[in-house]
Amino acid sequence: MNAKSHRFPWNHLVGFVLSIAFTLLAVFVAFNTDFSASTILWIIGIFAIFQAAIQLFMFMHVTEGKEGKINLFNIGSSVILALIIVFGTIWVLTSGHAHLH
Amino acid sequence: MTFDEFFVTGDPLILASQIAIGLTLIGLVALVSYLKRWKWLWREWFTTVDHKKIGIMYILAGVLMFFRGGVDGLLMRAQTSRPELQLLDAQHYDEIFTTHGVIMILFMAMPLLIGIMNVVIPLQIGARDVAFPKLNALSFWLFFAGAMLFNLSFVIGGSPDAGWTSYFPLAGKEFTPGVGNNYYAIALQIAGIGTLATGINFVVTIIKMRAPGMSWMKLPIFVWTTFITSIIIVAAFPIFTVALAYMSLDRLFGTHFFTVASGGDPMLWLNLFWLWGHPEVYIVVLPAFGMFSEVIATFARKNLYGYKSMVYAVAGIAFLSMLVWVHHFYTMGNSAAVNSIFSLTTMMIAIPTGVKIFNWLFTLRKGRIEFSTSMLWALAFIPCFTIGGVTGVMLAMAAADYQYHNTMFLVAHFHYVLIPGVVFAVFAGLYYWWPKMFGFKLNEKIGRWHFWLFVIGFNLTFMPMFFVGLDGMSRRMYTYSESTGWAPLLGLSAIGALIMAAGFAALCYNIYWSFRYASRDVGNDPWNGRTLEWATASPAPEYNFAVEPQVEQLDDFWHKKKQGKTGLKKSELKSVHMPSNSWTPIVLAVAFGVVGFFLVFEWFTLAVIASIGIIVGLVANSFDYDEGYHIEPEELEEEERKWRGDLQ
Repeated sequence: MNAKSHRFPWNHLVGFVLSIAFTLLAVFVAFNTDFSASTILWIIGIFAIFQAAIQLFMFMHVTEGKEGKINLFNIGSSVILALIIVFGTIWVLTSGHAHLH
Repeated sequence: MTFDEFFVTGDPLILASQIAIGLTLIGLVALVSYLKRWKWLWREWFTTVDHKKIGIMYILAGVLMFFRGGVDGLLMRAQTSRPELQLLDAQHYDEIFTTHGVIMILFMAMPLLIGIMNVVIPLQIGARDVAFPKLNALSFWLFFAGAMLFNLSFVIGGSPDAGWTSYFPLAGKEFTPGVGNNYYAIALQIAGIGTLATGINFVVTIIKMRAPGMSWMKLPIFVWTTFITSIIIVAAFPIFTVALAYMSLDRLFGTHFFTVASGGDPMLWLNLFWLWGHPEVYIVVLPAFGMFSEVIATFARKNLYGYKSMVYAVAGIAFLSMLVWVHHFYTMGNSAAVNSIFSLTTMMIAIPTGVKIFNWLFTLRKGRIEFSTSMLWALAFIPCFTIGGVTGVMLAMAAADYQYHNTMFLVAHFHYVLIPGVVFAVFAGLYYWWPKMFGFKLNEKIGRWHFWLFVIGFNLTFMPMFFVGLDGMSRRMYTYSESTGWAPLLGLSAIGALIMAAGFAALCYNIYWSFRYASRDVGNDPWNGRTLEWATASPAPEYNFAVEPQVEQLDDFWHKKKQGKTGLKKSELKSVHMPSNSWTPIVLAVAFGVVGFFLVFEWFTLAVIASIGIIVGLVANSFDYDEGYHIEPEELEEEERKWRGDLQ
């Protein structure tokens, strides 16, 4: 272990505090505001994107290293996976039996 | 809460088990104390970060869980061996098929495969350990904590009883109010964290720690299948984590993710469960394919036929694995479009799998086949697995599946896939790599008994299920009437289960016999192997390789042997940097287990207090500046001389 890694991990601390803050904020928006359901979904959806960005930049070193291509590939496959899970789920659960009533 | 609600009472079978478990625990503690081995256990095993020892602990735990799950299976076959038997009541039968399924998949197949991966992968890529040795220890101990917590359910609190799939609404609080299904949600969550960490660990290990010169198309095939398996773990396990978290919230805190009240949807559980559950099938079967490939190539004395097509086939299976999950619930009433698309993707899986079968057959063709015990398992695997695969294509057709769905035909199908695909592979792998782990071979003659008893017993147990299934017997039926006419077939199946159990007993006896009497003089390369793990001593030394191997081609060790270039020069020896043991993984896992136990019983104050243990463990780990230790060239030389004789 070299001297560099003994430096105080400000990045991690800020990221940790920010991700907790965004979670609490989302809970607050969902429980304690009078927005319509769709507005709440939009707001916490935007918070979720901030959360993902914090994870990528503060913890997952997305800007570090020479392996830009690998990072791009990884993020690409994660996005495809997320799309399969989200849209697959919506499709499967809303067609057929659910559609009938 | 009264004594009655805490301990499971009123069943003589369970009372006997409780006494047996109590006595075994007391006996073990007494034995270790008598032999004065506590310090040794702590230093050599409990705190170890050595991938080989962690692998051996995984295998040990897997064999133990195989016994537990096997007894569950035997009880089921005994209960249905005659019509209207009263050996088990309906509730007890429900609990037993639930624990049988969970234990066999998550606590038997997974640890046995991950155990062999742990022992073999770093050796095959010429590395000194995995990328994160301490995380690896944490993976094992979290798995172990989860497995023990799950097993506790059958003596304390009551077992989960909603099937290994735990479908809602049955698995919800409304229909199963006891703590049984809390065990399912919490114990699998804890073990799942460990598995996810293993996946990450092996992805990084295989990307970053390959020996110099080992480019991607020079990787041994088992390394490839492990790599792709690890990627599927990283992709699929978080889905299960989320689903289990929702389940826990529903059961412990009264949310409504999966209950119809307040707009939840029970089908969402099925959907998420199988989004993980189907890739999980490939997580257990792909490493097994890799092991068979290694064993077949070694004992046919040929290089693997169609290496590249094998790699592409595995990658193709991995990609398709994320696109087939709905075939587990065609009958939920989807639209025709959904069922048609998923039928199509499911049948497409048969294409890369077929490629692999033909690759193995062509590897065997004109080979100089040596019928060692591990090769026998590989040879028996091909026809048995093909039966499982072909019936899988039958089940893949959505329209026809309305007939087969949830019948014994399905049960027969997945046992024909998983037992040849995973269990035979683990047996083949154990016989093959045993000398590398322990420095002696398992006995071949007892191995023959093990093989024939198990394979004949397996076919006898599960073949009749195809027929009673087609005749309308649904799965999970705890009894049936004489007039169904199933009694002869199910009786046969019960006899088969006993023969299988005898096969397992033969394996245990083989381990005991070989441990006591087998020759310790096996050399580094007892099978005339092809890959790097055979280039070092048996058992492999803690530093794996005295000098980092240089790789030039596929099956490098095989070619080096032919050229006589396997020697070691004294001048090449350099100081080796090793990671130190650590107490944090086992302590963290114990804390996780205790918190989990309190959560199962919904004792939240105690759970919060106990979770301080987890935080303390994490903080202590963050301030651990241990930089490991070095093994100096003189020590390496002394160790290497033991099996090489003089160095060059």
